[in-house]
Amino acid sequence: MAHVKDYIGKVKPDWCPGCGDFAVLNALQRALAELDIAPHTVQVVSGIGCSSNLPGFIHAYGFHGLHGRSLPVASGARLGNTDLTVIATGGDGDGYGIGVGHFVHTCRRNINMTYIVMDNQVYGLTTGQASPTTEKDIRTKSTPEGTIEIALNPVGLALVCGATYVARGFSGDHLHLAQLMKGAIEHKGFAVVDVFSPCVTYNKHNTYPWFRERVYKLEDEKHDTSDFRLAVEKSFEWGARIPLGLFYKVERPTYEDEEPALRSGIPLARQPLERPDLAAIMEDFI
Amino acid sequence: MAQTATELTVWIGGAAGDGIASAGESFVKACSRSGYHVFAYNSYQSVIRGGHVCMHIRIGTHKVYTQGDELDYLIALNADSLRRYGKRVMPGGAIFYNTDKFQATPEHAGRDVQLVGLPVMELVGNQLMQNTALLGALMQVLGLDAAAIRRLIQERFQKKGEAVITANLEAFDKSAEYAKAKSRPGTIRVGAGDGQRRPIAGGNPMMGFGALAAGCRFYSAYPMTPASSLLHWLVKFAAKTGLLVKQCEDEISALNMAIGAGHVGVRAMTGTSGGGFALMTEAVGEASMTETPVVIVEAQRGGPSTGLPTKTEQGDLFQLLGASQGDYPRAIFAPRTLQECYDMTILAFNIAERYQCPVLLATDLYLAERLETFEGVNITQVPIERGELVTQGDGSYRRFLITKTGVSPRALPGTPGTVYTAATDEHDEDGIVISDVFTNPAIRVKMMEKRMRKMEFLVKDLPPPELTGPQDADLTLVGWGSTYQVMLEAMEAMNHGGLSAKGGSASGGTVNVLCLRVVWPFQAAEVRSLLERCKLTMSVEANFTGQIVKLIRMETGLSIRHHLRKYDGEPFEPRQVIEQARKILQTKPRESVVATVVSDEGIPPDFSPIESPANGAEVSRQH
Repeated sequence: MAHVKDYIGKVKPDWCPGCGDFAVLNALQRALAELDIAPHTVQVVSGIGCSSNLPGFIHAYGFHGLHGRSLPVASGARLGNTDLTVIATGGDGDGYGIGVGHFVHTCRRNINMTYIVMDNQVYGLTTGQASPTTEKDIRTKSTPEGTIEIALNPVGLALVCGATYVARGFSGDHLHLAQLMKGAIEHKGFAVVDVFSPCVTYNKHNTYPWFRERVYKLEDEKHDTSDFRLAVEKSFEWGARIPLGLFYKVERPTYEDEEPALRSGIPLARQPLERPDLAAIMEDFI
Repeated sequence: MAQTATELTVWIGGAAGDGIASAGESFVKACSRSGYHVFAYNSYQSVIRGGHVCMHIRIGTHKVYTQGDELDYLIALNADSLRRYGKRVMPGGAIFYNTDKFQATPEHAGRDVQLVGLPVMELVGNQLMQNTALLGALMQVLGLDAAAIRRLIQERFQKKGEAVITANLEAFDKSAEYAKAKSRPGTIRVGAGDGQRRPIAGGNPMMGFGALAAGCRFYSAYPMTPASSLLHWLVKFAAKTGLLVKQCEDEISALNMAIGAGHVGVRAMTGTSGGGFALMTEAVGEASMTETPVVIVEAQRGGPSTGLPTKTEQGDLFQLLGASQGDYPRAIFAPRTLQECYDMTILAFNIAERYQCPVLLATDLYLAERLETFEGVNITQVPIERGELVTQGDGSYRRFLITKTGVSPRALPGTPGTVYTAATDEHDEDGIVISDVFTNPAIRVKMMEKRMRKMEFLVKDLPPPELTGPQDADLTLVGWGSTYQVMLEAMEAMNHGGLSAKGGSASGGTVNVLCLRVVWPFQAAEVRSLLERCKLTMSVEANFTGQIVKLIRMETGLSIRHHLRKYDGEPFEPRQVIEQARKILQTKPRESVVATVVSDEGIPPDFSPIESPANGAEVSRQH
């Protein structure tokens, strides 16, 4: 049986003390240990941002790529080797800002992988500008008079784009978060876990106490996770009460299930490169 | 007189939607199966219905390098084509048309040109079979054996059932009989073919074929002319060959997906044109920084911006060279022929894996979309070189180990004991990011030098540049990529008088060709030593600023003396190269000459793009 320490990377995280991302890393390590997935079979992919440094801090294969591009790299890695457990991680700027086009289409595709977004509602690494999930009228470094745009609803977006497992966790409750991640990794299809992961340095509005006063768990209210319309409705609940937990889960054939090149069950990365069939292809030219 | 008895040209002109490509392909394949060498270039517009399209087909009993520049037989599917090209048809040639659509009169054509009008409705009873009927008449007048084309009609309509096949064969035969009765045999004839069934393809299929031969298992792309036909060709073979073809939401995704697949050990490729490549550029550097093998095809078209979506140009050289920020190792190849489209795609995969870097393959519409016969390619002993792969580690593995060659042994995700992170931020040998708190100038320098060291070795593994033709020629034509064959044709015509109409006698000297197929790493020492041997030089390039000339000067300090440029979107015609080369040889100008040539597409003086391009047809755009 694997242990959390098996997933501890060589490098100590350099996040600010008190950053919500510590709890996300910890919950992910716990989820992987509880599922007993060998570190060398895990591929973590991220983009750029404070939270996207996560692959360097976990003992697993990592790909720390460009800003906003974690999902295409993760998709290619997963389609290239279906023996790997692929987990994409990043922040709200990375996933819902610069990379939102990929997010929309990855939800549609239902590739069997997990996407964890550490949503702190601000751009941390670039020192505190407004992000796609910054609430309206919040003053940030780039919006001194308050944001004019309304915040994006990541859970709602994931739902309408076709993600088959959509959940929200909170860094203030890492055990609950670990369970949501476990469910996401076990889920056969594209699983999205949006995590309230407060930025203690640049977001003075959406703080731990702010969330603690508001969050509640859907499972405590016997939420029906098979009810799509209810899930969408719940995704818009914001203000005095903010739901956490699994919003929606559905089984749908994965991209891998329907892709002809993967029917043999042998991952592409393990197939021989030499081709015996070139003469037959050549006939097409005649 | 017309062209020699060793070759002839047929143009099929009409509007988009008239079925020119399929009629043209039937004729082309019938010829390639009957022992002829064939070259076809389809000049078309960014419109799905209407506009003006003309397929230029040249067949010969010898290798034909280009679409040529003369017109012997014209199939005019609309009156516009007749007006544009009728007068260009060579004496002894013929014009084929459907008399139900329009009437042709002798003033539409040149001297001694036959007008072969077919009453299609009366003959075959269905306008849909117009193209089949016109092909029947064409084959009759050309005196070519109809067996091959009848067989192709059967193949083409197989899916539509026996009735459609029979109807088309009848239409073909009746039209041939009609032509036999009502017209004279054409006097421009091509000698008998050699009986070989030659394969025929374009650059895109040949690159797809090369990719399959090299073991490519992943192709991700976003549609963009002229790279789309690579996507289409590959997807046709996907199920049979176990290739995963992924159409993506954009080119950023396409390259990043290919990088993801490359990272886990799959031979992966993506393809696009200049605009899509602009979106990919950040990820080119990502592949190089993470030392991930990936192959990128860039089929150039007319720029800038969305430019000329369906036209050819070699205008992206500096975009390819300048892609992505910072200094990083990569290779850029520019295949010159179909054979090289195949061979250099295989080479690209091997170089990408051996040096763990991106390899860019630059073609253009002219090479990518042409149809040309080729001699057999090597499919029995395809070289596959992956570089060193670690299959088991003990935890001491360093993914980015500093080595003499700069290449570090590679472990693929899934391998036990070799866990690492590949980062686009600067990192140390272990893959640990040094950009945040541990920035270390000494490590940065070592890692930069390690990566760039690959180039010193990579450059030695590439095919050297060469002077084609007589080594001591009076004039050297200089270029890169797809202009190779038009330069070869000009060279042969001038040196041997191979094409009588163009003659070699009055050339004023001999010609050879220096056409680069490796753009980067630039083979500076070899190119310099070749150029130092040359007497007069003239670049032949399909762009405005003379991009390869600039690169050569940048890397060798040597300047090409004279220049021939074209940026109208149409390919160079052999005559345009010959005339300018001859002028340079005869006048030996003291000052550098920069000449520009433009194709004459016979556009009527009263042409207006505002008019509806098709007769009420719905118009949509192709990008």
